[in-house]
Amino acid sequence: MKAAAFEYARASSIEEACALLRERGDGARLIAGGQSLAPMMAMRLARPTWLVDINDVPDLQYIRVEGERLRAGACTRQRALERDARAIRLVPLLSQALQWVGHIQTRNRGTAGGSLAHADPSAELPLVACVLDAEVSVRSTRGRRALRAGDLFTGPMTTTLAADELIEEIAWPIWREDHVGSAFTEVSIRHGDFALVAAAAQVALDGEARCLRASFGVGGADATPVAFPELAQTLAGARLEDSIISTIAERAAAALDPGEDLHASAHYRRHLAKVLAERSLLEARDRAIARRAGQIRQ
Amino acid sequence: MTPRGHRISVEVNGHLHEGEVPARLTLVDWLRDELHLSGTHVGCEHGICGACSVLFDGEAVRSCLMFAVQADGHRVTTVEGLSGEDGRPGELQDAFCETHALQCGYCTPGMLIAAHALLRENPHPTEAEIREAIGGNLCRCTGYQQIVEAIEHAAAKLVERGAR
Ligand code: FES
Ligand code: FES
Repeated sequence: MKAAAFEYARASSIEEACALLRERGDGARLIAGGQSLAPMMAMRLARPTWLVDINDVPDLQYIRVEGERLRAGACTRQRALERDARAIRLVPLLSQALQWVGHIQTRNRGTAGGSLAHADPSAELPLVACVLDAEVSVRSTRGRRALRAGDLFTGPMTTTLAADELIEEIAWPIWREDHVGSAFTEVSIRHGDFALVAAAAQVALDGEARCLRASFGVGGADATPVAFPELAQTLAGARLEDSIISTIAERAAAALDPGEDLHASAHYRRHLAKVLAERSLLEARDRAIARRAGQIRQ
Repeated sequence: MTPRGHRISVEVNGHLHEGEVPARLTLVDWLRDELHLSGTHVGCEHGICGACSVLFDGEAVRSCLMFAVQADGHRVTTVEGLSGEDGRPGELQDAFCETHALQCGYCTPGMLIAAHALLRENPHPTEAEIREAIGGNLCRCTGYQQIVEAIEHAAAKLVERGAR
């Protein structure tokens, strides 16, 4: 399996990458880590006429904390994000999710922005971006715009990005409450495979273990990852008893429209959506409680 | 469209190699077919099996998911680069022989690269960490147990020797 012929250009700056995308037209594609695009090219599912390589753009690889957000350049390696001490402390859901992404060798090369741009509905990073309501900055020769992660995904492998646009940065909000817990869980056929269904949750509790805010979502059970802000909103002010969480997870699963394939029926995916949403919320709650009891010190 | 050739210059196992490649040529095909470094194997050509693992700028990656042109100006270490200057197997490779960690040997170069990358960062890995490190490498012969043992064995020997 070999990729069809294409032309290659390596960009050394964001501006150059944008200019190349613009000049080379619709058949041009960015290549970041290439961990999804290269296999798709090998299988001839993708046949770009030009590849614009952004792996050697230094301005796209950084992790920093700024303005109540953790920010990463789009070409930041997944493995770097997974192991970054600030990311682990301030947005732990990220490293929890990244442990499910492929394998060490693919995370060494795969990037944060590439995963978002690829927009696989069962992928972990798009789900986390939706659940945390991350902001995605996008560049083109026409300028810069910012959008919420939820407005990026429109369907399987489909985003609202124009052909000449490049993701520049992803910024995840930092929850500063004292007692925050998060959890990521999924079911796949083997660890490292694509998730059949995945779920992510984050919960903040007050000193009395009442919910200040919560957020959760499910991937792999609809055309895009889906977060449930309205349902999560109903948890605010409540004590997160198991039964409340179970009801919320049930309602979330009922709102999804899972697809069906060789690996799992729609029925099974909906079942998983409920079970995993519940599990991630319970685990996030328990971690927040443990934090409150001082059992986890970071 | 007649695709252009691209001139590349890549440090492979400590030596600079130059070449001219079409953009579609994968890194693993360049290593094997042009440089005749056939230690790196090609299993699936789409990032599933790990047989093609190499170190790219020191990090383990799949060389079937990169194009050779992308390696221009970078550093690659293949399984050939893990043995000593005299070509003799290193401790890790010896350990694979000692514990019978290979049968057909197809997965072995990828396993060695994955294990090497692990031990470099983590000289005392737990069994779970070893299994995680080789989780992206498929072996259809051994059942993995001896591979895990080999890596444990190599770790112990390397720590004992205090050198790597
Ligand atoms: S040949 Fe590269 S992962 Fe299988
Ligand atoms: S020894 Fe045959 S595939 Fe591993």
